[in-house]
Amino acid sequence: MNIVQLNNKHIKAKFLSFFFNVLLFAGGITVISFIFLVSSNLEKQMNKNAAGVDLVVGAKGSPLQLVLSGLYHVDNPTGNIDYSEALKLTENPLIKRAVPLALGDNFKGFRIIGTEHSYVDLYKGNLQEGDLWKGNFEATIGQKVAEKAGLKIGDTFAGVHGFIEQGGHAHNDHTYRVTGIFEPTGTVLDQLILTNIESVWEIHAHHHHGDEHDDDSHSHDGEEAGHDHHEYEAEALEHDGHEHEHEHDEAHGPGGGKEITLMLLQYTNPMGAMTLPRLINSSTNMQAAAPAMEINRLYALMGVGVESLNVIAAFIIIISAFSIFISLINSLKERKYELALIRAMGGSRGKLFSLILLEGLSIAVAGYVLGFLLSRTAVWMLSRYTESNYHYAPREWVTANDAYLLVVSLGIGLLSALIPALKAMQTPISKTLSE
Amino acid sequence: MDNKGLVTNRLTFSYEDSRLFTFPDITCDPGGHCILMGPSGCGKTTLLHLIAGLLKPRSGDIIIDETNLTGLSGGQTDAFRGRHIGIVFQKPLFIPWLTAYENVQIACYLNNKEAIRPEILGLLASLQLEGKDTSKPAQLSQGELQRLSIARAMVNKPALILADEPTSSLDDVNCEKAIGILKEQAAAVGGMLLIVTHDKRLLDHFSNILFL
Repeated sequence: MNIVQLNNKHIKAKFLSFFFNVLLFAGGITVISFIFLVSSNLEKQMNKNAAGVDLVVGAKGSPLQLVLSGLYHVDNPTGNIDYSEALKLTENPLIKRAVPLALGDNFKGFRIIGTEHSYVDLYKGNLQEGDLWKGNFEATIGQKVAEKAGLKIGDTFAGVHGFIEQGGHAHNDHTYRVTGIFEPTGTVLDQLILTNIESVWEIHAHHHHGDEHDDDSHSHDGEEAGHDHHEYEAEALEHDGHEHEHEHDEAHGPGGGKEITLMLLQYTNPMGAMTLPRLINSSTNMQAAAPAMEINRLYALMGVGVESLNVIAAFIIIISAFSIFISLINSLKERKYELALIRAMGGSRGKLFSLILLEGLSIAVAGYVLGFLLSRTAVWMLSRYTESNYHYAPREWVTANDAYLLVVSLGIGLLSALIPALKAMQTPISKTLSE
Repeated sequence: MDNKGLVTNRLTFSYEDSRLFTFPDITCDPGGHCILMGPSGCGKTTLLHLIAGLLKPRSGDIIIDETNLTGLSGGQTDAFRGRHIGIVFQKPLFIPWLTAYENVQIACYLNNKEAIRPEILGLLASLQLEGKDTSKPAQLSQGELQRLSIARAMVNKPALILADEPTSSLDDVNCEKAIGILKEQAAAVGGMLLIVTHDKRLLDHFSNILFL
């Protein structure tokens, strides 16, 4: 029997008080650990999905919305832009790469993106099987799409209008055929269905011929589904001359050229950041938004919430430190006989000190472990929700922050047990034993 | 002077701002018995705690087995007490969350001695505590607790066994028994036995008697 076993036996005997202390400590650790894990994953995921895109060009509106919809595929797009006008931009020598994107439909909640093969290069996507799309209505799909929607090469499927599964009506007259599946990349690419722009145009151009009533009814459906007004913007692809809120839609009447939703740009050199956004915003009908800036703004907005959660968690941990301190100090009163006895049997003051310190540490370590597990469970449950709704799935389960948190936990355990341990050392043996 | 065994020399002690205790010198041969008799409040337990090194005397020497206890540091005193002195307390005090066996075993552990299971079980058996090794102190009777307390004092084969009023709460029959056990166990480990008591019944059993 050594001091650790002695400690374990004592904990077993006083399990309830130990357990409540652990629970309180774990509460604080869970919140902090959860925040650490989510924010570090979010940041990494955001950076990965940004894929080195310097600028997103799309219809005027909220720049954050443009970035979220165009790069992260979370929000709805701001509207459409004229393809030829967007193409003109790419003549600028400051632009290294320009990737056009046409959005509008989804399949089982996975967005169908009309784009070029260079989009795949942005995310360094490799094919797991099959080939990239070539002709119209050929689709190459992300690994998560294949897994969740159960699509295989050669399978066909029909897109649904809008960005949510139940949102719009199905384009049953045009079906896509799967030609390839990407390897998992850990980016938003895993959650996308890629095809050529022409397919998207064709689906929606076809719609244009459909009768007015049909269009009316399905935009109405979108409204009933509780979707915001951006739902309508996707329909701008249809060139159907609906009355839309944004002025750019009016600028492109039924007779206008081909439209795309947005364009992703990469600069040849940092000079691009100085001139291009201003050029686009002032001299064209389009809007340019820099992902880095918009995401920083988003973090700044979220920061307040994260900050206050951190303060609450720190508060819980401080309370639990006091709780450990109080319960150890209180236990000394009832334990003074056994402490004196240990001294009388030849145990040194150091043994008493380490026995009490060990108990404080045990609470902290057990609280940390429980908090670690609980925060992972919470993140896991959250991820099941976010993966399908925001294409966000945590990929890291252990970060450097966990080591840092363990050190802090041990420190708190030691600190809160220090005074009780010092007091235990001072137990008057003779007086206690002759009482 | 022969320093083997136990020798105390002009011991004095005082609690903070209270009267000074002066104790008569004690001499006990190795393996011998000694009984200190005196009324309550005369400092019997104080003397016992001084000899055990649980208290520091104001002046004088305590020599056990050629070691002068008063010259040792706090840590050395703890180690010496653990290895050479076994104490049977007036009240049977135990660590309540350990079993009877573990309460004996811990005395070995605290002195970095290996606890040999058959030896401890044999010791418990010799004190009629067979089969009680897994019981918690709360489940044992007063008599069993006292015998367990003796087992704990003996397990490290101490040179000196100190017993504080071991018989005060016992009837005549059990008093005889307890004295028998103490003598027997002390002889088994070859240690000196020093008993402090006010129990006159013990006078017949010992020859080396000191009145305080």
